[in-house]
Amino acid sequence: MTEKLVVIGNGMAAGRVLDHLFEQAPGRYAVTVFGAEPRVNYNRILLSPVLSGEKTFDDIVTHDHAWYAAHGVDLRAGVTVTAIDRAAKTVTDTTGTVTPYDKLLVATGSSPFIIPVPGANLPGVVTYRDLDDVNAMLAAAEKGGSAVVIGGGLLGLEAAAGLAMRGMKVSVVHLMPTLMERQLDAAAGYLLQGAMEARGVEVFTKANTKAIVEEDGRAVGVLLEDGRTLAADLVVMAVGIRPNAGLAKAAGLNVNRGLVVDDEMRTNDGDVFAVGECVEHRGQCYGLVAPLFEMAKVVAARLTDDPAPRYEGSFLSTKLKVTGVDLFSAGDFADGPDRDEIVLRDAARKIYKRLVLKDDQLIGAVMYGDTADGPYFFELVKSGEDVSDIRDTLIFGRSFAGAGAGDPNAAVAGLPDSAEICGCNGVCKGAIVGAIQAKGLTDVNGVRAHTKASASCGSCTGLVEQVLALTLGEGFQKADVEPMCGCTDLGHDDVRRLIVAKELKTIPQVMQELEWKTSCGCAKCRPALNYYLLCDWPGEYQDDSQSRFINERVHANIQKDGTYSVVPRMWGGMTSPSELRAIADVADKFAIPAVKVTGGQRIDLLGVKKEDLPAVWADLNAAGMVSGHAYAKGLRTVKTCVGTDWCRFGTQDSTGLGIKIEKFMWGSWTPAKLKLAVSGCPRNCAEATCKDVGVICVESGYEVHFAGAAGLHVRQTDLLCKVATEEECMEHIAALTQLYREQGRYLERMYKWAKRVGLDTIRAQIVDDAARRRALFDRFVLSQSTAQIDPWAERVAGKEAHEFNPLKLSLAEAAE
Amino acid sequence: MNMRASDFIDVGSLDDVPVRGSRVLRAPGGDIALFKSAEGDIFALRDECPHKKGPLSQGIVHGRSVTCPLHNWIIDLESGQAMGADHGCTNVIAVRVENGRILLDARALAAQAA
Repeated sequence: MTEKLVVIGNGMAAGRVLDHLFEQAPGRYAVTVFGAEPRVNYNRILLSPVLSGEKTFDDIVTHDHAWYAAHGVDLRAGVTVTAIDRAAKTVTDTTGTVTPYDKLLVATGSSPFIIPVPGANLPGVVTYRDLDDVNAMLAAAEKGGSAVVIGGGLLGLEAAAGLAMRGMKVSVVHLMPTLMERQLDAAAGYLLQGAMEARGVEVFTKANTKAIVEEDGRAVGVLLEDGRTLAADLVVMAVGIRPNAGLAKAAGLNVNRGLVVDDEMRTNDGDVFAVGECVEHRGQCYGLVAPLFEMAKVVAARLTDDPAPRYEGSFLSTKLKVTGVDLFSAGDFADGPDRDEIVLRDAARKIYKRLVLKDDQLIGAVMYGDTADGPYFFELVKSGEDVSDIRDTLIFGRSFAGAGAGDPNAAVAGLPDSAEICGCNGVCKGAIVGAIQAKGLTDVNGVRAHTKASASCGSCTGLVEQVLALTLGEGFQKADVEPMCGCTDLGHDDVRRLIVAKELKTIPQVMQELEWKTSCGCAKCRPALNYYLLCDWPGEYQDDSQSRFINERVHANIQKDGTYSVVPRMWGGMTSPSELRAIADVADKFAIPAVKVTGGQRIDLLGVKKEDLPAVWADLNAAGMVSGHAYAKGLRTVKTCVGTDWCRFGTQDSTGLGIKIEKFMWGSWTPAKLKLAVSGCPRNCAEATCKDVGVICVESGYEVHFAGAAGLHVRQTDLLCKVATEEECMEHIAALTQLYREQGRYLERMYKWAKRVGLDTIRAQIVDDAARRRALFDRFVLSQSTAQIDPWAERVAGKEAHEFNPLKLSLAEAAE
Repeated sequence: MNMRASDFIDVGSLDDVPVRGSRVLRAPGGDIALFKSAEGDIFALRDECPHKKGPLSQGIVHGRSVTCPLHNWIIDLESGQAMGADHGCTNVIAVRVENGRILLDARALAAQAA
């Protein structure tokens, strides 16, 4: 008969127990899971990248609804268990339902500690624990202003960095003299403080919070013990956690600080197990993910009658998930008379490494700036190996001590099979090698699926790749991403991510930091990098004209004979007699051989000599016309029909809306060209349903369509949403464009991007998530604030004059 | 047109050509493209791609090569040879740089004009 397993809690520890359980004994248990949060299982330690905007919630879901369904799990999301009846072997929940169990697993986790100061419960004070907290912080960050984070530990600093990346002015208030004093020594704490300050985060150490300042019923600041007040629109408390053991205590289970378990993860009731941050094991409570996962293995073994694994406590190592800050610590690194230390500093490169030795054994390591040897040192700490023979060069790490330096895989090649590669999931090198060989794995995704290595925080992905390379040799194809070009092994998405994460702001910096293989790139990567930098650092990045294709460099379209074509903008396809007259005069004056009406409702002057371009533009400018960007990977045209102005079928002012959109969006650069249209009724005379973005006006409002194409590929648009007003229409279109600008790969048209990331994913972000849409819209507006300069007028005024003035060598000179 | 084999003609200043960029030189025998690499080295080629006569001067300069703006052929600036799978060659004109001035081989220029 199927046994009944009830799990209280749906966090990372519980999720991991179930993973093991379904792998080892599928079908043995009928499982019911109670989760206080109204959602599926997600990777809590990746909330920081969600806060900073580097990941979305969807990216960090570990078990989706399909997973629960596939394993027959009865998920009661948003339902809290209120009582355990151990005699009857049942649990009762908030809905009053009584659920029986054969085995019970308590995985109630922990709660953030709220410091008991006046005002701690005011609106505007949040903790940092779950997605709701992140959403509260994001909502606050949206409005800008300042935030004070109380607590300079792991979580507090991740919250501070995330909020700073979201544009808030952030201060950290920390009780102790240096940051993260439990994981770092003073020197590394000092470097970390510098790195936080470089991110615009102000750090107050030795600062004790006295009260939260109130105004109009909400928090407006933090009052410190020394009398200083820090203004705050948002206060984040991140001072620590405490185990949630109240439910267990009420059920008569042994509770000290946490719910007490033995080495088998059993409580004092043989049918009740506990796992995760709610437990106390050998007097120790844990708040990091690695021990939780070690416990989960033991629980799953016990539930499947495997007596072997026991939990005997964890060695801890720490990494901070603030992008661009590399720090690592492991073991015990306090000073002491019986201890020696080895220290390496490189001030200019902000590198600090300190090893602590006792009785010829490595007992602790702190590293900042360069943490590549972290796993190696952690391994030495755990093994307790005698290091006296390698002590002279120990600080330089594995590659120096053992295998040949210079070999990129050397550090991993030298590790024993028992060495831990993935700290989060406790996966050792041997397990990964075994899985690669047994299952015929060839890539990181395969390793993730079978071993969980690098599946949590992902910071060991590089190590996993090295293990793959070592095991498969030539057979290993690093990742399945296609490199941007021959100059790098990185794909477009990685490059874009790293530009933001590492705050790379010039092309040479990108090439240096991301280890480009050529000195100055090529014709594929340079235009892409130029676009990415322009998009990611609006107003800050200086456009590099030598990294532009000729058309964008000279703001005209090169033709097969080396002449150019010129297309002035006609807003919404509207023109006037005076504009037409000016165009006709220009065509006559410069003997322009061809004048053509384009598909985008404007006029193309073809066959203009390059030297004539500035003069042609000057005349067009004088008649009030600007560049139509007909050459740009950017906004091209907004085609319209005549709408309610003239048409007897028109339902809205399609021409007016088209002009508004074009005036709002012109000058924006996008991954590939962007063509829009607005039709005044579903007869669709502006052909909006084959555009990148198309609007169809209807009686009740506006349908916004997107991801169409009518070129090499023909594709009808899909509906994004329907809105009631022009303002909403513009907001949705701008937000969609901005999302495409931020995610699209260079030269990837909108319909290809949409196919790659998924139409529903896009709708979820633009339509369903108003906060996200607004943030995207605001970023588009910010970008436009420096983008709308007519490039023709600039060149008429003399910019890049060398382009249009060839050097000359007369026959006489040549003959001399 | 009497010319000595060693004649080099001053065609402009080093500063006339942008780094990682190019400048067109109008010459009697047709346009010459002057290129300057990221390192500051100067190259001179006939401004015509061996493929379909695209103006190489309008391409993107990278390393010691240029990508033609019309169909992305990559031309080696030192040899004038098309790189990769493409075959073809553009005339190269010998360059000397003296005191910040760019000097071109007069005989090669004359050969162009002839």
